[in-house]
Amino acid sequence: MEQKSTQDYLKAVYSLAKNGDKVSTTQISQKLEVAPASVTEMLKKLSEDGYVNYSPYHGSTLTDKGLQEAQKIARKHRLLEKFLSDVLHIGKDKVHTEACRMEHALSDEAEESLCRFLKHPDICSDDGKTIPACDLPFSNCEECMRLHSQGLEEVGKRKEHLVALSELKAGQTGKIGFIRGGHTVLQRLLDMGLTPGTKVTLIRAAPFEGPIEVFVRGSKLAIGRGIASKVFVDTHTSELKPE
Amino acid sequence: MPFNQTNKKINHKNSKHITIALAGNANVGKSVIFNQLTGSNQIIGNWPGKTVDRAEGTLHFEDYDITVIDLPGIYSFSTFSMEELVSRDYIALEKPDVVINVVDASVLERNLFFTLQLLEMQAPMVLCLNQIDVAKNKGMIIDKDKLQEALGIPVVFATATRGEGIYEVIKEAVKVAEHKPKPKNLRYRKELEEKIEQVKHSIEKENLQLQYPARWLAIKLLEGDSEITKVITEKSKALVDSAKMAARELQASCQEPCFSVIASERYALASSIAASALQQSEIWSTFSDKLEWLTTHRVLGYFTSAGVIAGLLLWTFFVGNGLSNLISNGLSIIRPVDPALSVSQPILSIILNGIWGGFNAGLTLIIPFVIPFYLLLAIVEDSGILTRVAFMMDSAMHKIGLHGKALIPIILGYGCNVPAIHACKIMETRRERLLAAFAITFAPCSARTIVLFGMVGLFVGVQWALLLYLVDIAVIFALGRIAMKAVPGKSTGLIMEMSSFKMPSLKVVVKQTWARTKSIIYVVFPIYIVGSALVQALYFFDVLTPISNVLSPLTVWWLGLPVAAGILFILGTVRKELIILGAVAIFGSTNLALFFTPIQLVVMALVAMLYIPCISTVAILGKEFGWKATAVITAANIATALLIGGITFRVLTLFSS
Repeated sequence: MEQKSTQDYLKAVYSLAKNGDKVSTTQISQKLEVAPASVTEMLKKLSEDGYVNYSPYHGSTLTDKGLQEAQKIARKHRLLEKFLSDVLHIGKDKVHTEACRMEHALSDEAEESLCRFLKHPDICSDDGKTIPACDLPFSNCEECMRLHSQGLEEVGKRKEHLVALSELKAGQTGKIGFIRGGHTVLQRLLDMGLTPGTKVTLIRAAPFEGPIEVFVRGSKLAIGRGIASKVFVDTHTSELKPE
Repeated sequence: MPFNQTNKKINHKNSKHITIALAGNANVGKSVIFNQLTGSNQIIGNWPGKTVDRAEGTLHFEDYDITVIDLPGIYSFSTFSMEELVSRDYIALEKPDVVINVVDASVLERNLFFTLQLLEMQAPMVLCLNQIDVAKNKGMIIDKDKLQEALGIPVVFATATRGEGIYEVIKEAVKVAEHKPKPKNLRYRKELEEKIEQVKHSIEKENLQLQYPARWLAIKLLEGDSEITKVITEKSKALVDSAKMAARELQASCQEPCFSVIASERYALASSIAASALQQSEIWSTFSDKLEWLTTHRVLGYFTSAGVIAGLLLWTFFVGNGLSNLISNGLSIIRPVDPALSVSQPILSIILNGIWGGFNAGLTLIIPFVIPFYLLLAIVEDSGILTRVAFMMDSAMHKIGLHGKALIPIILGYGCNVPAIHACKIMETRRERLLAAFAITFAPCSARTIVLFGMVGLFVGVQWALLLYLVDIAVIFALGRIAMKAVPGKSTGLIMEMSSFKMPSLKVVVKQTWARTKSIIYVVFPIYIVGSALVQALYFFDVLTPISNVLSPLTVWWLGLPVAAGILFILGTVRKELIILGAVAIFGSTNLALFFTPIQLVVMALVAMLYIPCISTVAILGKEFGWKATAVITAANIATALLIGGITFRVLTLFSS
């Protein structure tokens, strides 16, 4: 039970935090339907374990370690939701609770197979949220499919921790680490200079899930939110200095 | 090749003929250079069998007769779009004597990516660094010699909007065409280069008899380019297989698909060349930063966007109205349709009311509205403001399966649907072009606006006319959503370059306005004149009354209109204003309130706005999308008009009783 609630908390903070905003204890207690006192207690514990930055009365944010853990569980959750609703046609009302129960038991290997089976989906059909990137060491999905078809099992893990371009804050820079999607999307992005390893800075994001404007290779590009959520960047490499 | 048939071969004595192609990304000022070079000697048409614009012009320079081809603005030679295919086939197969690669100096790196692809094709080239002024304003200093040396081709600085550098460009181009210097072979990373060489050797051994350079073919095979793979499979299946093998090996060592490795390599090279030739100095906040803030702010941006669109329409309406009155009052030769003639003197009526009347209607109704609209649009477009409006409106456009860029043709549709449907080419896929064109067929063009204000605004009230305008926008939105669900396929997302703000050049704006207006004159005027004469003839021979009687269950019972409405709707298919002119002719008075109730006027105008795209629109739809799609769009228009018209009639009757 202990581990399950850690993951649930991290997931709650992750889904509540928009653009890196701090999440209040009240928000978490409402989301998880737990008493605020227990939330505070749990946040302190998570803070000790290095998952969240917790300061009383100011709210909490995820640390890198926490974010990584939260993305992992959110990825499993959203993939499961997609599978349950699109493949098994389970009713919308049941999908979320069902996925909540299953996510903790889903192994990494099963998660990877599920992703390939669903043809590397980018958004969850239940709530339209971006499915975080996997932690396989590929810069695109074609490579994953190719190696899998050759029966390669041990491919190791990605070293960098990636976030979707659409989730960057204004002024934040990241290095492209992974692009999700098939040939056409990839080709379009490559042609516009969004090749793996390229530095991209978010200038602004239009409201209402509108496009984002980025600075890349000395010019500005507008990229629709849908495509931007297929591009994953590493915001922590040492090469990156604020520009 | 078919292109050659259209090439105008002028043979002055002792003069030599050369062909120059202009190639480059979108929005780099290629068309401006094209216009500077060729002036009025232009032929604008389509590439054979393709719905891609083809602009060709001629000029005489020193001892040379030069044909200039303006290729479409593209970012790459992958076969993502028709434009890319047309351009690369032209350069590879037609082999122009020289290619002028027009480059936006302020975004050097991105532009050089395309330059490298041109170099791969081993075309004789001149690099024209355009918009040098914009680059300077951004604090960029470019070292011409370094760039020249790195690329191995002549480089010329230009600011085309001011005519600077045009002479030098053409001079260099002629020199290259004359001496055909062998372009330097730029090399990529060793791993990739080895594979390219390997495939190139097998290609050379096979002796394929293809027009394309071997190295370029090798790169395309490695990229897995579908067109080239198809062409070579026909010649040698083994070659394709060995290339595939090489690509797989490269993919395994780089852990990336081969096309991605190659694109990355090109960008890496472009980046290092740009870095070596470019000096960036500090820039300070400028006017354009403020404009950027105003147009893309999360709240203000929407007001600005709405203001731009509303301003464009209001400006068109008021200036258009003024101009229209000025022309019709100022020129006494222009005479309104005389209904009395239709009855007494058929031949004279066909000539005067039909042919001459059609011409006058074009002159007084279309030109005054279309010119101010296109003028302001060109300014908004050229300055870079429209790009920001498209950026802000992207999420709204997604609701109808389109993205922000589609806003540009749809706004054009408010002027006239014909060029708007033509402009749908800026969209990436056929599905998006079709969805945008469908939305445009409901956009209240200037002709529909005239019907709306002439019937409802004048006799019922301006607020009612504005209300119907809003209804129309709601209809565009609702039907766009239905169409999005009905047309199979997925929406592609927006990827658009946010070009820098610039002061629009008067010359460019005027040229663009005139080009658009001209295309309307050519398409619309003949249809006006013929259609108008035909209608007069039909009217005289009394063909219309039986048809209108057949239609009466729809017009009288369902829509609650007079029987004559059937005739008017038939007239309106030629052009929507004929509904008003026809009503005047039939009832013999300009005071329509005498013959229609206010409800009838509202329903009539509403149905008139929606019921069918006019003949010119149908013609361009057919040309761009085929007759099947056109039939479906037309049927959807008629069904919508009948549905909404019938409901409006019943609702209004209920409320007024």
